[in-house]
Amino acid sequence: MEATQTQAQRQSVHETHHEQGPGFLRQYIFSTDHKIIGLQYAVTALCFLLIGFFLMCLMSWSKAYDMAAVPVLGPLLETLLGNAAAEGKISPDLYNSFGAMHGTIMVFLAIVPMVFAAFGNYIVPLQIGAVDMAFPRINMASYQFYFLGGVVMLTSFFIPNGAAQAGWTSYSPLATVIETDGQTFWLIGMVLLITSSLLGAVNFIATIIQLRAPGMTWMRMPWFVWVQFVTAFLLLLAFPPLEVAALMQLMDKLVGTSFFLPTGMALTSGEFATAESAAASGGGSALLYQHLFWFLGHPEVYVLILPAMGIVAEVISNHARRPLWGYRTLVYSVLAVGFLSFIVWAHHMYLTGMGTFISAFFQTTTIIISIPSVVILTCLFITLWGGSIRINTPPMLFALAFLPMFGIGGLTGLPLAFNFADLHLHDTYYVIAHFHYVVAPGTIFGLMAGIYFWYPKVTGRLMNDYWGKVHFWASLLFMNIVFMPMFYQGMKGMIRRQHDGGAGYSSARNPDGIGGLDDTVMEFNTVILMGALMLGLAQIPFILNFFLSLKYGEKAASDNPWRATTLDWQTPTPPPHGNFRQPPEVVRGPYDYSLPGAKEDFVPQNQPA
Amino acid sequence: MEIPYVTQPRRDTGLYNAKVGIWLFLASEVMLFGGLFASYIMLRVGAPEGTWPTDLLDVPIGTINTVVLILSSVTVVLAWSALKLKNFKQYRRFQAVTILCAVTFIVIKSFEYREKFTHYDVVLVTGERVDGHLKERGEDEQGEEYLVLSHPVSYPAVNGIAYRPEAVREQKKSGQIDADRRIAQSEVKSIKNWSPAANTYFAIYFTMTALHALHVIAGALVIAWIWGPGASLWKTDPERYINRVEVSGLFWHFVDLVWIFLFPVLYLL
Repeated sequence: MEATQTQAQRQSVHETHHEQGPGFLRQYIFSTDHKIIGLQYAVTALCFLLIGFFLMCLMSWSKAYDMAAVPVLGPLLETLLGNAAAEGKISPDLYNSFGAMHGTIMVFLAIVPMVFAAFGNYIVPLQIGAVDMAFPRINMASYQFYFLGGVVMLTSFFIPNGAAQAGWTSYSPLATVIETDGQTFWLIGMVLLITSSLLGAVNFIATIIQLRAPGMTWMRMPWFVWVQFVTAFLLLLAFPPLEVAALMQLMDKLVGTSFFLPTGMALTSGEFATAESAAASGGGSALLYQHLFWFLGHPEVYVLILPAMGIVAEVISNHARRPLWGYRTLVYSVLAVGFLSFIVWAHHMYLTGMGTFISAFFQTTTIIISIPSVVILTCLFITLWGGSIRINTPPMLFALAFLPMFGIGGLTGLPLAFNFADLHLHDTYYVIAHFHYVVAPGTIFGLMAGIYFWYPKVTGRLMNDYWGKVHFWASLLFMNIVFMPMFYQGMKGMIRRQHDGGAGYSSARNPDGIGGLDDTVMEFNTVILMGALMLGLAQIPFILNFFLSLKYGEKAASDNPWRATTLDWQTPTPPPHGNFRQPPEVVRGPYDYSLPGAKEDFVPQNQPA
Repeated sequence: MEIPYVTQPRRDTGLYNAKVGIWLFLASEVMLFGGLFASYIMLRVGAPEGTWPTDLLDVPIGTINTVVLILSSVTVVLAWSALKLKNFKQYRRFQAVTILCAVTFIVIKSFEYREKFTHYDVVLVTGERVDGHLKERGEDEQGEEYLVLSHPVSYPAVNGIAYRPEAVREQKKSGQIDADRRIAQSEVKSIKNWSPAANTYFAIYFTMTALHALHVIAGALVIAWIWGPGASLWKTDPERYINRVEVSGLFWHFVDLVWIFLFPVLYLL
């Protein structure tokens, strides 16, 4: 790296007409520029999004056609994964691996790096008028830890016995006693990812506190920045307890402690078979793991959704040509959500027998957190009221679809928040449908809106409008075909994490049983598979559009093609190192659209009255 | 364009960037150790009757280590204030004491670890439980394996390890504890040393102190780097150098503070 640099310098000394610039490695691989790091995150995270999606397709296949060879991909699976995919079939163990890794990859390697690290890195310094992040080298390290964590996670597929199998939650004792080293890989991978997000979170918060441009007061910050600020705090404070859990589970696996293996637990096989050692340990609490996990797990849900809300707010305000309605309310709401998200975690644990009093407490806080969430959504809706809406562009379509889709996800969560209703729905496909509505047509639509919205700023070209709309309508349709039937399946009692999609409990196979899963439930498995495959096809226009527009896209007419007010659009396109032509000075709030008496229908934050 | 507030504090916050960064990092660290302390509480409260041991650690040694760390906390501040007064030599002397304290702490801690790893807990077929420091292990003339424990403590196994302190008190009075105990392999029902796997108490003890020791080592390395090879910055940008000393000092105080909590929780309670 240094060698190439000095060489470049020497060259530039000899040939004065050669532009002096950093080498390729320095500029794109070991860059400390927040924009390049944001793009690194984006590209890596989108790849992981695709990998996670493929795993989901394979699982859907297994659910619909249990133990049937996977068409087309079967032989490839067998070559890659060996015995677990013998004859191209997905074995139950492999299904478990796919399930665990789908969750892990989607949450920790795809969505969070995309909505938080990628968008945050690229947009936040631009929106607050900073030249870079506060700690550029820590920023680079943050990406490198993330990349390393991803490599460790992916590698675990190819070790003997395969990747982790105990779900993305990795509950002990199950996760500890399954005989695969995949769990150890998973834990080490998680420690790396936690390190990465810790570095990222410190950097984001310090940047927002310290590097705001002159005049950029707290209440002049775009709401997107506020959202990233709160998200960074969630990551900063919620991840360490999971790190504790990961370390303790690692000790259980490698050193032979029994933090999470309760006394008297009877194990008949495997390396932990001696019942006596567990008995002598003096405790060990499986419940402790769940508390530590969900202390992260629930704030993590808001890490997934808040940045997407931020993107949607920017797009809606811009495309409705109206100031964001209730800006202060939105700010206080997101702060309230951030705080409350730390005291709702045990609503994931109603079935563990932690006691009715504790359940009642967490039920109450969970219902309270829905208030600021609804306030946020309501503000976004009211922003549209009386606006001059530019509806027919891909970013606006995705942003608008986010509202009802997230609404479905949020409202179906209410029954889960109630202890008594959750007893029936817990661990069924209803839960899966609920949180996928929040994250898939919710967060992913938000990030798609963001990609279409900021693409011209990053590349100087617009993405194709027509194919963007094809991508949107097809995604909207097939997302719902994939997830809507799951509500029905779940309410009928179909339990999650079954490789045969519940066939073992179907009334067809158990004609004399009571409460077996009816034929409709089972047929929906096929519908979901078809929906998933079509959803995959629907992403092809997006992928092609994304890459081809780099070269063939229509050139953005100006630096500010959406005629937006925030500082990120007042930079040259693409923003150079250092971002701004001259240091910006902020004189007004972030959403001065359709100001009476103004020459145009938008007034940038740095434009004097 | 340069990143602002790298050395000079920002007006409205009164802080330079790295100071904001380190406080945020420490907040995260509080959650990390907070999670461990919370786990300790849950494990201890949830432990079945008679299984949670007490008085297993050497309190005088722990006290010495506490004093060592507190001393280092004082010198790290003195070093910083010396530097503020532009007295570089004085700074170097004080900070050398800090680094020395860190090394002392780790050395003492590793002896403590070794002491525990070579301490064996044996349940005999008779139902007696004996633990002591492994003095000798070998084969006698008949070819039977045996081991010799020094300072053995014995009590009925059914009483559980929580009974141990009482047994120690009695056997100190009677002098039984001073005689080595020879145990033949045929008498042994089960044997294990005081490693993390011994019981949940040792599991949490080793996890917490090892994680803390890693922090001590990391902090000492950073301070030593600033003290030694990083000192050239003092000539080019003294203010930034002082900031580095201050930030590493803040981290060092945190590491000390964690120990101030660890010591009573693990040694005294």
